[in-house]
Amino acid sequence: MTVTRRAALAALVFAAVTGCSVFGGDGGTEPGERTVVLVTHDSFTMKQEVLDEFRASSGIRIDVRKSGDAGSLTNQLVLTKSSPLGDVAFGVDNTFADRALSADVFVPYRSPDADKGPSRYSIDDTDRLTAVDVGDVCVNADSAWFAGRGIPVPASYEDLADPKYKDLLVVQDPATSSPGLAFALGTVAHFGGDGWVNYWGKLLANGVKVTSGWEEAYTQDFSGSSGKGPRPLVVSYASSPAAEVGPDGKPRTSALLSTCFRQVEYAGVLTNAKHPDDARKVVDFLLSQPFQSNVAEQMFVYPAREDVPLPASWQGVAPQPSNPATLPEEVDQAWLITLWRTAMDR
Amino acid sequence: MVDHPVAHRHGPVTVPRRVGPAAGLFAVALIPLGFLAVFFAWPVLAILRLGLGAGVLTVLGDADTWRLVAFTLGQAAVSTVLALLAGLPVAFLLARTRLPGLGFVRVAVLVPFVLPTVVVGLAFRVLLPDGGVPAIVLANAFFNVAVVANTVAGLWSHVDRRSEDAARVLGASRSRTFAAVTLPALTPAVGSAAAIVFLFCATSFGVVLVLGGARHRTLETEIYLRTVELFDLPGAAALSLLQIGAVVAALAVGAAVRRRRETALALRGRAESARRPAGAEWAVVALAYGVVVLLLVPVLVLTLRSLSTSDGWSLAGYRALATTGTSGTLAISGVEAAANSLRAATDATVLAMTLGISASVVLVAMSRGRVRRGFVETMDAALMLPLGVSAVTVGFGYLITLDKLPGDLRTAPVLVPLAQALVVTPLVIRMVLPVLRAIDERLRSAAATLGAGPLRVWREVDLPLAGRSVLSAATFGFVVALGEFGATSFLARPDTTTLPVAIGRLISRPGALNNQMAYAACTLLMVVTVLAVVLVDRLRVPGVGEF
Repeated sequence: MTVTRRAALAALVFAAVTGCSVFGGDGGTEPGERTVVLVTHDSFTMKQEVLDEFRASSGIRIDVRKSGDAGSLTNQLVLTKSSPLGDVAFGVDNTFADRALSADVFVPYRSPDADKGPSRYSIDDTDRLTAVDVGDVCVNADSAWFAGRGIPVPASYEDLADPKYKDLLVVQDPATSSPGLAFALGTVAHFGGDGWVNYWGKLLANGVKVTSGWEEAYTQDFSGSSGKGPRPLVVSYASSPAAEVGPDGKPRTSALLSTCFRQVEYAGVLTNAKHPDDARKVVDFLLSQPFQSNVAEQMFVYPAREDVPLPASWQGVAPQPSNPATLPEEVDQAWLITLWRTAMDR
Repeated sequence: MVDHPVAHRHGPVTVPRRVGPAAGLFAVALIPLGFLAVFFAWPVLAILRLGLGAGVLTVLGDADTWRLVAFTLGQAAVSTVLALLAGLPVAFLLARTRLPGLGFVRVAVLVPFVLPTVVVGLAFRVLLPDGGVPAIVLANAFFNVAVVANTVAGLWSHVDRRSEDAARVLGASRSRTFAAVTLPALTPAVGSAAAIVFLFCATSFGVVLVLGGARHRTLETEIYLRTVELFDLPGAAALSLLQIGAVVAALAVGAAVRRRRETALALRGRAESARRPAGAEWAVVALAYGVVVLLLVPVLVLTLRSLSTSDGWSLAGYRALATTGTSGTLAISGVEAAANSLRAATDATVLAMTLGISASVVLVAMSRGRVRRGFVETMDAALMLPLGVSAVTVGFGYLITLDKLPGDLRTAPVLVPLAQALVVTPLVIRMVLPVLRAIDERLRSAAATLGAGPLRVWREVDLPLAGRSVLSAATFGFVVALGEFGATSFLARPDTTTLPVAIGRLISRPGALNNQMAYAACTLLMVVTVLAVVLVDRLRVPGVGEF
């Protein structure tokens, strides 16, 4: 008798302590307001002020749903095409765009601002995907490490396989990491369908270390991050040096601009969206000045618009690579991973 | 022969069954089974069906696939043995001794379970830079010592100590007493713990990724790759079928072991069974404390990381917890994420306790009644399956099924506690069931003879005897839900982000402060866990769990 009463009391006390549960509240929409669901990847972040401003001016509340990385997002969109998770999607990149386009996940929409830069990155002329931002995956170097030893910082893919730079590079597995996949695609673009496997054999002989994720490689094995690892070369982003600026205002790291692979991130209105009209307005918002001028600091990528300057803290520290590799035609991921694994198992 | 004297003394007693409310039992059974059907069986079958085809046979015929199976099962088996070896001394310490500082041990053992696997993987990479199989196995064991310690201690603290004392008086050595008297009595709990740990290790994902580098792969990591990155659904279906097959085989072995030992025990209150250790028992106590110290090493590594910067020691990471990180990495502050974690975990625990206890009650009632043994065991195994099936398979299954339910649950916030409950419920069952099964039927019959109705019998006999296990199941379930990462990162919105998901976000960004804040958030998560466990411990008033 006391047992049950005590248990009920305990449950009550606990519920009171932890506050009401998630069964309680919802996002809370003002009367007369519409909601558009934006399906995106885990890396999406945007200042609340920018979202609030859009909400006030358009009467549209954007409900953000994150769905893993770009690959996971694309596959989820394909699986749910007949009953989509939202109205508009952002974050499908050039690596995965083919899969989404051949499954007809997006409907055509050309935003008025597409001519201000985004159309440079168009995949085809169907207007189903609109470029929002550009990220470049490049090898990053710990400047102090090389300066301290009087060795020049390597400059090219070929340098990375040079015995002078033995045991210095850490990369990610293309099967489990998005920058890892981008870097491998860059080697395919540079060395061609026959040469790239051979190149990975040379990297292996030169002591390349492979991790599953960016976190281990960058925060732990790389000597230029706060983890102070043993290796001064790591595959990361062209923008990463902007986050490693010392108290003196000078960057501790730099990106090797001739080892870059360009990832373009797209947005589009989903097939079978419940609110297609408002979804188009959200695509316009993603290309608007306020959003575009914040993508650099919020998501560590470069804006797709031409008329948006990079933030002051990026000037000189994280310049956008001028001539990055882009996607080689018809690269099948499963093909790439199988060959890559064969090369690395030697 | 004293093979299992406890059982001989009381024997399996058959009591003429009261004309029970069979319909009521059926209704109770529908709660967990219905939940399982909607939130597990339906989504998993739907996603498997999408992939079934000729591609499945190609994958099954590949020698690489079978190497994958062998490595998955092998590492899980070794990890399970390690977790048992490390967990049993701790279980003894918690259940059988009365020493100062046991509350600390109880909490310290639970802490690893809430830590995100990525972060623990990073800590193990610091301790064992070469990584590889030893690191994977140690990290898996690190997480699962708590399962063994809690599950076994729950039963152990109620097992009548007098059988052991009798064996000693009759001249049996300490080790013989343990092997012939204690261990047989504990087998149901040890078997339960081993089954759970094996399932956890066979499906362990983050640990294998971080510590295996690109070299070591398991069924779980390959299912993830094929589902999430390659969109090779036939390949994923083939591997999922193998995974389910392996899990069912492991459960069958576990059930066979338990069947030989399942029996009524003379359960006692903890006050009677705990005392100061004597003689060689001190060696076990020392071993247990050694395990606790080892468990704290990775925790210490994380704490040190939260305090160190390129320019020396600093509390900047902790100050940052009040903010949303460098240029708003998170949508909410670290402190708000902690509050979200507590809320979601509370929901999941309440749900999982309801499901787990109703399932346990039904299973016990069925085996006491005239239900065929095979049926009971099948239901028991079915309830465990969610632990052994890839989270990705379930998650992608949700995408193509749950929109058919009213309110499109796929994107509703309630899905977070629902998905967490799927993982926590089997744990609750495995912790509560061995104790309920061990309750002497004659006590229940006596109560019934004295006029108590079935509900009254539960309240007066079963609940007090199983009280301790029910409470530790609730604590443990709460801690597991607090640390849950996979389903939550999939389902939580930016403003309902939990602490483990926030840590994952912070650690995946460049910049010293983000990194430091991630480790500080780990410390916050540990502190929140400790406070929650201590709070539940305080609620453990005299009278509950004692008889």
